[in-house]
Amino acid sequence: MSQQTSRLNLSRRQFVQAGGALVFATQCPVAFSAKAQASANGAMMNSFVRIAPDNVITMLANHSEFGNGAYTVMSMMLAEELDVDYQAIELEAAPTTPDYYSPLFREYLTAGSVTTGSSWLPMRTAGAKARAMLLEAAATSWQVDVAELTTRNGVVHHEGSGRNSTYGALLEAIAAFDIQPPESVRLKDSSEFKILGKPARRYEGPAKVDGSATFGIDLKLPDMLVGAVARPPVYGGTVIDFDATDALAMPGVAKVKAIRAGVVVLADNYWHAQKARAALKINWNLGANSTVSTEQFYRDYRAMADQPGMLAEDIGDAAGVLEQADDVVEAVYEMPLLAHATLEPMNCIAQVSGDTCTIWSGTQYQSNDQEVISRFLGIPQENVTVNRPLMGGSFGRRSSKAADYTVEAVEAAMGENVPVQIIWSREEDIRSGHYRPLFVHKMRGCVDEEGMPKAWHQVAVGQSLMQGTKHDPTYMVRGMDIYSLDGCLQEPFGVFPYGTSYQIPNHRVESHNAPRVGIVPQEWRSVGHTHTGIAYECFLDELAHKGGIDPLELRLRLSKDHARMNRVLRVLREKSQWDQPLAPGRGRGVAARIYSVSPIAQAVEVTVADNGDFTVDRVVCVVDCGFAVNPLGIEGQVEGGLAFGLGGAAFGNIDIVNGEVQQSNFHNYPVIRLPQMPKVEVHILPSDEPPTGVGEQATTPIAPAVANALFNATGRRVRRFPLSSQGFNLV
Amino acid sequence: MKLTVNGNLVEVKAESDTPLLWVLRDELNLVGTKYGCGMAQCGACTVHLNGRAIRSCVTPVASVAGQSVDTIEGQARGGRLSAVQKAWLETDVAQCGYCQSGQIMAATALLSENAAPSDEEIDAAMAGNVCRCGTYPRIRKAVRLAADYLEGGAA
Repeated sequence: MSQQTSRLNLSRRQFVQAGGALVFATQCPVAFSAKAQASANGAMMNSFVRIAPDNVITMLANHSEFGNGAYTVMSMMLAEELDVDYQAIELEAAPTTPDYYSPLFREYLTAGSVTTGSSWLPMRTAGAKARAMLLEAAATSWQVDVAELTTRNGVVHHEGSGRNSTYGALLEAIAAFDIQPPESVRLKDSSEFKILGKPARRYEGPAKVDGSATFGIDLKLPDMLVGAVARPPVYGGTVIDFDATDALAMPGVAKVKAIRAGVVVLADNYWHAQKARAALKINWNLGANSTVSTEQFYRDYRAMADQPGMLAEDIGDAAGVLEQADDVVEAVYEMPLLAHATLEPMNCIAQVSGDTCTIWSGTQYQSNDQEVISRFLGIPQENVTVNRPLMGGSFGRRSSKAADYTVEAVEAAMGENVPVQIIWSREEDIRSGHYRPLFVHKMRGCVDEEGMPKAWHQVAVGQSLMQGTKHDPTYMVRGMDIYSLDGCLQEPFGVFPYGTSYQIPNHRVESHNAPRVGIVPQEWRSVGHTHTGIAYECFLDELAHKGGIDPLELRLRLSKDHARMNRVLRVLREKSQWDQPLAPGRGRGVAARIYSVSPIAQAVEVTVADNGDFTVDRVVCVVDCGFAVNPLGIEGQVEGGLAFGLGGAAFGNIDIVNGEVQQSNFHNYPVIRLPQMPKVEVHILPSDEPPTGVGEQATTPIAPAVANALFNATGRRVRRFPLSSQGFNLV
Repeated sequence: MKLTVNGNLVEVKAESDTPLLWVLRDELNLVGTKYGCGMAQCGACTVHLNGRAIRSCVTPVASVAGQSVDTIEGQARGGRLSAVQKAWLETDVAQCGYCQSGQIMAATALLSENAAPSDEEIDAAMAGNVCRCGTYPRIRKAVRLAADYLEGGAA
């Protein structure tokens, strides 16, 4: 406990001592294969591991922690191969240099549920190579064969002579004998694992029960000013002029000035800043978005869905089959804008000094923040230092390609010779303009004589996440955003190998990019699946009903060529007692998705009252995420992921009328609460496949599974979300 | 004005209408208590006033002058975690952790008034505390475990 406490207090202490600079974070950029380098606080064994003479082992973490468990799985991987206690490892956010970019994204980005998978070899290799150097140092010093040495808990041991040495005490020998990292190293076989695959509590858990965990909003730097921004009532509006006379006379106010985001009040603390903000008089130019309305989005998108879109996939002859069919099932699914509503609102500290800039920002996307700031200030990218505290949730919000909350803090700090922290209110957060885009999916289908889906025609309409961004070349395929069609395609599409495990013989999918107006479309936990999952899995349920086939049986048949999904569904059928009858007023629903390789399926049971109030009584979730690195963490991510998806489907909704967002706080943008949370049973399938993600996987199936269960209970389909808008209230 | 925070008498200079939340965070540097909504909708700012859970974001500091406030920082005594904190750690409740101070304070207040709450009583008492990460199943488990610890005299 004491060691954890000291470790977790480190970040806050470092801030105080260094006057705001996390000294260690900029000291150790070394290539992965470089030889061990001495530094003031120990030797860098490689890019990820530093060992100090007092045997303190430090991991440089190149993925962000926002509840996802990144720090836990990464420290477990390193600790396993290095033979140390994962909770005794100290941790630093790795600096924002290409050495630390995600091998998958080639950027410094934590997203897509890929941290576990893409850390699996690098972190283990880093641990194993460091250990190999320590063994060689001991063997050379003691003149014994390396094969006679063992390691345990940070100590090298020689059985024959009884000699022991801590890792830290071997640093001198590594330097003296000029020991180099090995070219290659043997990693442990899973049968040798002591840490990996065992339930492990959260690495930074102790600091999260005693209040000492430091989030961005908690940081206080010497002489720091705290800012509150008055934002235009319509996203994209601009300041014409403002009167700050009253605001400037209020306690603690240092300055009021216009920035691109609005008018910022800088004060000695946040309460003073937001109080003075309310006293500002501002004339706004509402701009081009003042006519935007979400009801118009729905009308426009429905009209677009009736027109041919860009063709993503056309297997067989869906159009021809549907034209010949006697009985075509047709449905339009509509999914609203959704805010992320992280509990820690957006915030960022920035300090601009000459041609350098330093930020302290909870961020999923360090390299992009650095890039946007360097472009904004006209300074070299390497002159931008990103310090990354813990984050109070993110769910995609803190991966903003515009770096909106980051660059505005930089702008507010320009011309001030002190650090400036901008903190958003909940109202600003809900009205930020950054949303899961609104989508309309038009679906048509028919079944064959056996009742199996014969033809499928889907037209997706919504604002693209990637169009016109720097990711356009990677994620747009022939003008189509691959995320707009997440999990809808049977064949490879761009960088995605395939979307769905199902095989329908005639399968046509089209896509329209809606005009990019009114909002900034932003990734929301599980990205495109948040809407495609509903459209696909609910419409599949409609076809199952039309064909008279049990919906789980249907999915088993459709996924028969996908061994992993098929196994997930077979286990789900058994674990959920799917074939047991339910009482009247109750219903069952199922949905299954694949996100980032991991197949996942959920079966839910609901009870619906006559007035539409319903409870989700039970969720059985089966997931195959390859080798389960941390079963305890996986269970938590699955429970939490489905809670996030359930709340969004049940009552998540942002309306825009005449450009103004109608919701503002948790009273009118409700989120799921404890009494509404179902009982969840998580079944993790054993597997020796490489590990894959679970952070976003569970978010997707829950919404269609619940909608399908409501149909099963009442005979009424929900095709527009949230459920509350259709008279179904989760209680 | 003076108030007692975590057992210590403190003098605060903030204007009387300043919410207790910001006095704790900015004047007393007790940043374990969090801002989440500013209108008593999320529970992230939950502290104890004379032992009962309140939302510090809507509590003007003047209204608690002379009274006793307890925050997450005061829960561990002499380096020993409280029964609720121990149960939280054991159950591995936290994900992002931002709401957890408020959750722990709400659960502590519940158990001080009701040593053996039913599932329904737990749901009702904790309904005001939002967790965006969805740690709710483990919150339920941890409250029950904390009740066991307290019953067994572990605290």
